[in-house]
Amino acid sequence: MTSKPARRLSNDFLARAALACCLAGSLWLAGCEKAESASASSTAPSAEAQASQAAESAGLLVTLGGDVTEIVFALGEGPRVAGSDRGSLYPPQVHALPRLDYHRQMSAEGILSLEPEMVLLTAEAGPPTAIEQLRSAGVKVVTVPAEASVEGAEAKIRAVAEALDATEKGDALIAAMRADLAAARDRVAQTEERPAVLFVYARAGQGAAMVAGENSPAETMIELSGGRNAASGFEGFKPLTPEAMLEFNPDVVLMLDKGFEAIGGEEGLMGLPGMAETTAARKGRFVTLPDNLLLSFGPRLAEAVARLSDALHPAAGATTGG
Amino acid sequence: MSVTTLPRPAEATAGTAAPERLCAWAARERRKRAAVLGGLTLLLAALAMISVATGAVSVSPAELGAIFLGKLGLTTSVEASRVQEAVIWSIRLPRVVLGILAGATLAIGGAAIQGLFRNPLAEPGLIGTSSGAAMAAVIAIVAVTHLPFTLPAAAMSWIVSLAAFAGALAATFLVYRLSLVGGRTMVATMLLTGIAVNALAFSVVGLMMFLADDAQLRTIAFWNLGSLTPANWSSLAVVAPLMVIACVALPMMGRAMDALALGEAEAHHLGVAVQRVRFLTVLLVALSVGAAVSVTGVISFVGLVVPHLLRLAVGPNHRLLLPASALLGAALLVGADLLARTIAAPAELPLGVVTALLGAPYFLWLLIRERERGTLL
Repeated sequence: MTSKPARRLSNDFLARAALACCLAGSLWLAGCEKAESASASSTAPSAEAQASQAAESAGLLVTLGGDVTEIVFALGEGPRVAGSDRGSLYPPQVHALPRLDYHRQMSAEGILSLEPEMVLLTAEAGPPTAIEQLRSAGVKVVTVPAEASVEGAEAKIRAVAEALDATEKGDALIAAMRADLAAARDRVAQTEERPAVLFVYARAGQGAAMVAGENSPAETMIELSGGRNAASGFEGFKPLTPEAMLEFNPDVVLMLDKGFEAIGGEEGLMGLPGMAETTAARKGRFVTLPDNLLLSFGPRLAEAVARLSDALHPAAGATTGG
Repeated sequence: MSVTTLPRPAEATAGTAAPERLCAWAARERRKRAAVLGGLTLLLAALAMISVATGAVSVSPAELGAIFLGKLGLTTSVEASRVQEAVIWSIRLPRVVLGILAGATLAIGGAAIQGLFRNPLAEPGLIGTSSGAAMAAVIAIVAVTHLPFTLPAAAMSWIVSLAAFAGALAATFLVYRLSLVGGRTMVATMLLTGIAVNALAFSVVGLMMFLADDAQLRTIAFWNLGSLTPANWSSLAVVAPLMVIACVALPMMGRAMDALALGEAEAHHLGVAVQRVRFLTVLLVALSVGAAVSVTGVISFVGLVVPHLLRLAVGPNHRLLLPASALLGAALLVGADLLARTIAAPAELPLGVVTALLGAPYFLWLLIRERERGTLL
C-alpha cells in the first residue's frame, strides 16, 4: 500500500525525465549546427572583415549548389558570399559561412535573413515556390545551368561570370580549364591503353551498391580521363549484382570517398559479391576521389580529369602539375 | 445526413433521473464545450500570431502592422522594407494558413477514422490514405527524371503533388472497395485490407528508394518527413477548399459516431445510416488528407495522437472531440513549424521530426500518468 505512491512518483519522474531528455537532446542537436557555424566564423575574423568590406562596394551573394559556390570563389568573389547551402564543401572558406538548407530543399526566409542582393543557384535547386518567394522579395535570382559535361562546366562559369559582371575573369577561367583539359588529353593520347572502369556508387545505410551505366556523368568523367565504362547496356544507375560484376570485369573500380567509406573501405569493397574475381581486385586497382570533385563539373573539372587519368594510366607517369 | 436525433449519452443511462439533473448535465456539457473550443481557439490564434511575427528575418510589430495596413491601402508612418513585406505576405502567412489547415485536417481525420473503426490505433494512414500518397509521390519523384525530356522544376512539383493526391484517393478507395462484402463494409476486413495495401505501398516506396539516385533520395526523405515550406497562395487556393469542407462536414458526423461507439447494430437501431456515414467519412478524410499530404508531404503523429490527447482530456463525446481535434491539430502543427524554422535558422528542421519529437514523449508521459490513475482502458 505504502509503496504505491512511491512507485507512481518514480514512474512519473521517469516519464518527465525521459521527456526532458528527448527535448533537450533534440534542441541540442539542432543547436549544434548553429554553434558549429558560429564558432567556425569566429575563427575566421579576417574572412568576415573582408566580407563586410566587400559588401560595402557590392551586394552580398548567397550561393546554392557546390559547383556554383566553387565558381563564385574561383572568380575571386568569395568575400561577397554571405552563405551557401550545405552541399557546398569547397573551397574550405565556405565552412566558415552560415550553412543553408540543401539546395533542393531551400527555405526562402533563411536566405533572405542573410540580406543578399543576388542569389546564384544551380538549375537543380528548388522548390520552385522558394525561388518565386525570393524574386518577390526583390532579390536577383540567377539560375546556373547544371549539365554534366565539359560544355556544361563552361556554361556554368559563363553564367556566373555574366551575373557577377566578371566576364573577363570567367573567360580566363574557361581558357585555363581548356588548356589543362587539353594537357590531360595529350597525356592520355600517349598511351593506347583504355582500361575498363566501373563506377561503383554506394551510400551509408544502403545495403546494395549501384553501378553507373551509359550516358551518366561518371561515364563522361571516365571517358575524359582515358578510360572506358566497364558497364554498358543500360542508362543511369543499376544495382550491382555478382553476375553483372563478372560480366563487366573492370580493370579499375572508381568510387567517391564517402561511398568508399560507407561501404567499409577496401575490405568492404572486396566483400561485395563477385568483386574478388575481377581484374581490378586482383591488381588492387581501386580509385577514390572526393565527392565534390569527381561529379561536380565545376571549375576544378580539369583537376578531376588529371587526377583520374593519372590513376588510370600510372605507366604514363604522374604528370599532374600544380 | 439522415441521422435521427439520438438520446444523449447521459439520457440513455439516466432514464429515471429528475429533469433538473438532466438540465444541469446538459448545461454543464454546453459550458465544457464552450470552454474547450474557446480555449483551443485562443491557443491557435496566439500561436498563429507569434508564428507570423517570428522568423529568420526580423520584423517588428510596428512594421508588421504597416504591412497589413499597407495591403488595405493605408499608409503609416512606419515603413516596412520590400524584403519584410515579401517575407510576411508570400512566405510566413501562406505557411501559417497551410499549417492551420493541414494540422486541422490530419487531426480531425484521425479522430473521425478512430471513431468510425472504434479502434484507437486507427488513423488516416490505416485506410491507405497516407501510404497511397507516399507511394505515388515517390514514384513520381523517381520517374520524372526518366522521361525523355526535361521538365521545368515548377511542373515537377505539381506532378508530385497531383500524384500524391491521386495516390491517396486511389489507395483509400481500393481499401474501401476490397472491404465491401455484400454491399456492406466490414470493420475487420477494412483494417486488414488497409494493412495489406500499406504493406504493398511501402514496398513500392522501398523499391523506388533503391532505384533512386542521391538527389532523389534526399527529395524522398524530405517528402517523407513533411514540411510547410512549399506553401504558397496558388497551391493553397487549390487544396484549401477540400480541407475546409472536411473540417466543417466531419463534426456533423459527431452524433452518428457517438452512436457507432455503442456498436454497429446498436447504431443502426438508433437510426444511424451506418453505411452512408462510413462512406462519407472515408470520402471526406481521403479528399482532405490527400489534399494536405500532396502539399506538405507525410507529417507523422498529428493524426494518431491529437484525438487521443483530447479524449483523455475532454472525454469521448465526438461532437466535442471532432472540432476540438481540428483546433488542437492546427495549433500543434503551427507551433511545431514555428520551432522547426527558428531553432536552426537560417536552416530548417523537417517538420515531421519536430511533431514526433515534441508530441511522442508528451504522449508517453500522459499514458503513464493515466495508467497510474487507472483511467486508461
